[in-house]
Amino acid sequence: MHEMGVTQEVLNAVVEASAKAGATRINAVRLTVGELTALVPDSLMFAWECLTPGTPAEGAVLEINATPGRSMCLACGTEFDHDQFDRRCTACGGPQTEVIGGNELRVDNVDVDVPDEAPDEE
Amino acid sequence: MEIDLSRPILARNEALAEGNRARLADAGVFALDVLASPGAGKTTTILATIAALRERYRIAVIEGDIASKVDAEKVKAHGIPAVQINTGGACHLEADMISRAFDALPLPDLDLVIIENVGNLVCPTEFDLGQGARIVILSVPEGDDKPLKYPGIFAMAEAVLLNKVDAAAFFDFDEEAFADSVRRLNGTAPIFRMSAKTGEGVAEWAEWLAARIEASKAV
Repeated sequence: MHEMGVTQEVLNAVVEASAKAGATRINAVRLTVGELTALVPDSLMFAWECLTPGTPAEGAVLEINATPGRSMCLACGTEFDHDQFDRRCTACGGPQTEVIGGNELRVDNVDVDVPDEAPDEE
Repeated sequence: MEIDLSRPILARNEALAEGNRARLADAGVFALDVLASPGAGKTTTILATIAALRERYRIAVIEGDIASKVDAEKVKAHGIPAVQINTGGACHLEADMISRAFDALPLPDLDLVIIENVGNLVCPTEFDLGQGARIVILSVPEGDDKPLKYPGIFAMAEAVLLNKVDAAAFFDFDEEAFADSVRRLNGTAPIFRMSAKTGEGVAEWAEWLAARIEASKAV
């Protein structure tokens, strides 16, 4: 439901960074989206297809790196991967755990074409 | 050429949320973000909470809805300042909306701002508002399986309110199964059994909130 707005934020950041670098074409945009977030990769892809036509990012591929849920047990210190539904420690069963991965929502990088005569990026 | 961004997608919202947090700290105000489905009893629970705490704290309410002013009108009818935010279709509140709502409230003269988020168990979880605590209300008629369907919100909530327990006889709500699935997700949040309508359990929940308000003042 809210993927459209989130994708618009991605598009704004990408277009701004590419213009600053003097890019003539945006080839690919890479995101990391944790599996514990409330964002569905398919919906992000769909929103990307809807929002990019007519923008400098038209035709750019959206690549989503999905990271698994990972937590640390506050009782025994074990770090473990988990799904969305059970975050208890896999070693001692302790319920008090802290998420250390899977909440990422990040634009990692953008692959662009920059003409040779373009000024260096600052 | 690769441009490295390494930037949070919601950086703009996060910066605005930090601004809200700083404004609240300056004014000595605690903000509570209330999340629940439509019809879980958010407004009724907020009114019951106000009734329990209004002698001790100066309270205002920010009402988030896609449309209409009915919730803010209900709160104002009790003599409590209320600001209605209409998101115009958006499924959640964002930090800039809260910042504008703060402009319309006498923040320095308040102790507690209760934010009623848009009725939705999914989207609001990604948007920090700058709140001091976030809670979720689930009502008995919705069913005990909701933590299995909406794990994110139950993992994030600092307290879980199980509302409409006065109607438990009419529904097959397995409280043990519910508590168990919350526990799988969240080892710290207390679960308060309550009925905002009859007042059962409201005092216990209100005491938890009062303790959080006091703890934020002590910092």
